[in-house]
Order: sequence, then C-alpha cells, then structure tokens
Amino acid sequence: MSTIGESFAAALALILGMDPALREIVGLSLQVSLTAVFLAALIGLPLGALLALSSFPGRGAVIVLSNTLMGLPPVVVGLLVYLMLSRAGPFGVLSLLYTPTAMIIAQVVLVTPIIVAYSRQVVEDLWTEYGEQLRSLGAGRLSATPTLLWEGRFPLTTGILAGFGRASAEVGAVMIVGGNIEHVTRVMTTAIALEVSRGDLPLALGLGIVLLILSLGVNAATALLAMATRQERRLMRRRVA
Amino acid sequence: MRNFSILPLELCGVSFSAGGKKLIHDIDLMIEDGPATILLGPNGAGKSLLLRLCHGLLQPTTGQVIWRDLGRHMPKLHAMVFQRPVMLRRSAAANIDYALKLNGICRQSRKKLVAEALELAGLSDQAQTPARVLSGGQQQRLAIARAWACRPQVLFLDEPTASLDPQATKAVETLIGQVQESGTKIIMTTHDLGQARRLAGEVLFLHSGRLIEHRPAEPFFSGPATSEARAFLAGDLLW
Repeated sequence: MSTIGESFAAALALILGMDPALREIVGLSLQVSLTAVFLAALIGLPLGALLALSSFPGRGAVIVLSNTLMGLPPVVVGLLVYLMLSRAGPFGVLSLLYTPTAMIIAQVVLVTPIIVAYSRQVVEDLWTEYGEQLRSLGAGRLSATPTLLWEGRFPLTTGILAGFGRASAEVGAVMIVGGNIEHVTRVMTTAIALEVSRGDLPLALGLGIVLLILSLGVNAATALLAMATRQERRLMRRRVA
Repeated sequence: MRNFSILPLELCGVSFSAGGKKLIHDIDLMIEDGPATILLGPNGAGKSLLLRLCHGLLQPTTGQVIWRDLGRHMPKLHAMVFQRPVMLRRSAAANIDYALKLNGICRQSRKKLVAEALELAGLSDQAQTPARVLSGGQQQRLAIARAWACRPQVLFLDEPTASLDPQATKAVETLIGQVQESGTKIIMTTHDLGQARRLAGEVLFLHSGRLIEHRPAEPFFSGPATSEARAFLAGDLLW
C-alpha cells in the first residue's frame, strides 16, 4: 500500500517539477501522434467523403473493408509496417525503421480508417439532407464535397479526436517500429511498459497520469462539441415547430 | 436586358415511376411566360414531383421536359425554393454568396448581387447572422433571395409558406410578388387556396399524378370544369 502511495507522490513530483525525462517523452508522444492524426485527416476526410458520394460496383465491400480496418490490432499494423520498412522490405533503403517517422507511418495506418469511417458516415447523412438543395443550386457531387466537409465540421472533429485517442493510447505499433529507444523513439505508452517491467513505478505512474489527463482533455473536447451540435439542432427544431 | 427566353416550358408525355408505381401519368403541358402558374391538388397528386421533373432534379421515366433555349448558360436560368430550404452553416450573406459562386460569378459582382438580394428580401440587417439562427419566415425569404440572386428566368417554389404563420406568409408573398416584378416567372405549388387566389395567373390542377385542368385562374376558381377540382375547391376530401 505504501509503495503505491509513495509512487503516486513521486509521480506527482515528477509532473509538477516538469521532470526533463518525462517532458521529453510526453513531447515526442504528442509530436508523433499529432502529426499522424493530421496526416490521417488529410487522407481520411476526402477519402471518406468520396466514398460517401460515389457509387461504383463493390462500394459496399470497400465500406465493410474500411470499417474492418478500424479494428486493426496495433501490433499487426506494427508488424506490417515493420516488414515494409525493414532492411529486406520494399522501403528498406529509406532507413526509416526505429525512427519517429516510422512511428508516424504506423499511427497514420491505424488512425486513417477511423477518420474515413466517420467522414463517410457524416458526409452521407449530410448529402441526404443537403443533396437536393445543393444540386438545385448547381453543385455536383464533386464540387459539393468541400462544402459538405465544412458543414460537417463539428461531427468530423469528433472523429478526428477519436483518432487521436487511438493514436496516443496504443503501444503495440510504436513499440515494434520505433523500438522504444531512449531519447529517440520513446513515447509515453512504450515508456510505461518499460518502466513497469524495470520497477521504476513513479515515472510509469507519472506518464500514466499525463496520458489520462490527455484522454480527459480529448473527451471533454468531444463532449463540448457534441453539446454545441445538440444546441444548434435544438435551435433549428424550434424554428421548424 | 435578355435577348432570349427559356420559356415556354414544354412537357411531352412526361411520366415518372418509382418503386414500380407510376406517380406521374403522361403529362403534356406548355407553360408560357406571364403571371404566376400555381399547381393545385390534394396531397400525393404529384405537385412536388412535377416541379422536380421540370427543374431537372428528377429525370422522367418516359417523355421529355423541353425548355426553349436553355443551352448551357451560366448561371442556371431556373431555380427552385424547397418547402424546407436547407441553409448552410454560415451567415445569411455567405449563403447567397455560395450560390453565386457555384454559378461561376466573379467576386466583385458577387458582393453587389448579395447586397441586392438581401435588400430585396428585407434581410440587410441580418446579413452577418448565421442563417440557421434566422426564424422560419426569414429563412424562407433568404432561400428565395438565394435562388433569385442569380437572376433566374423561372423560379419554382414548393409550398414556400407551408409551415409559416400568417404574418410570415404575407412577407413571403410580398417577396414573391417582387421577384415576379423583376421579370422572373413564378411556378409554385401551394395548399393554401387563399394564397392560390391571390397569386395565380393560371392554375394547373393535378389529381393522382394526372393533369386534369390547366386554365387561367379566374375561370378556374369561379367554375372548375371537373368534378375533382370542384370537390377540391369546396373542401371535400379527394381519394
């Protein structure tokens, strides 16, 4: 019991004292995950919108596949990216394995399907609501895509935050392709795994607390967005009534 | 100003089926330029469908919708206002600007056209208000202004006052009158017989997807030719 208490106190001291090791790890984590989510949004938002608005044979299968990819186990993604980037792999010459870039690539693979799925759903719903009006104003499906993405900015942000949650919380992929090298590729989740096995509970706990706070922040932001959307809807319903 | 007209609008044997059910039956029709054309008929008569077919949102299953001189003009020469218009999540002015931009109108001209459209709709003071926060009547007026901004020759309106109170209805009717004075042909559906009497130049009476009367408003209201129209005007329930 006392060890938990002591570890907890030491962890708080590390956080409040802005311990350099802790700061470095948190900094790299944020850098990797934020970059990955940014890139995933860049790829996923238009891809989802396109999937929502296009019709081609096999569209249903593509949607099922992309939804399945949402549940990809991070270790599997890590393994696949590892195979691609390893010396013998097709991108081996780039020497990206065990660098933050490799970790970003792995997280992009993990997060993109989530953003694609959100964006497809949101844009599909919006097209049902807006489609006739936009076509009447002279927009085709293609020119309507940026409009719909902008109209869906609130729910889409929720999707992006969900993606960030997945990226910052996963261990498996970054562990395999990053290697958890001190000062180079050590992020919060891999550090926690290591420090626990090494017995340095205060640092592990401190990182755990930071991770929790981050997750709290993301969820609070999501809740606020949902509230804003609901409020707007209520306003609209009052207009209609 | 215009040296060509897209009117008359001609429908040749237009039918429309959906889900194996024939909803519009062989309509032959000619709509000329002039006072407003009002589509009347009970629910399910196919009024809204007919507007959508004319506007090009739906393609007829058989038959043709022929405009006299539509060509490929930019901006579009006929526009439509829906029963529940969809406002974009941006200001009133930006909603009109968006429509103009879609029709390839350059930035400088847009600013002037947006101001004119807002002025016509009496919404100049609400230019920067988010469109979705406007009242129902204001939104409907904004929708008409947005459709009118590109100076269409024909404006379709699908029950533009269906969910509005009398005061808002009056404001919308006034606006429709102004749009008409600017030289735009009005083709609209309504359930409000008083409104139909106030606005109609001619009446198209539809029943079960068929066009059964097409006459000037005056004789139609004083003595409808068919029993269905007589019953409709008398307020009987039609099957």
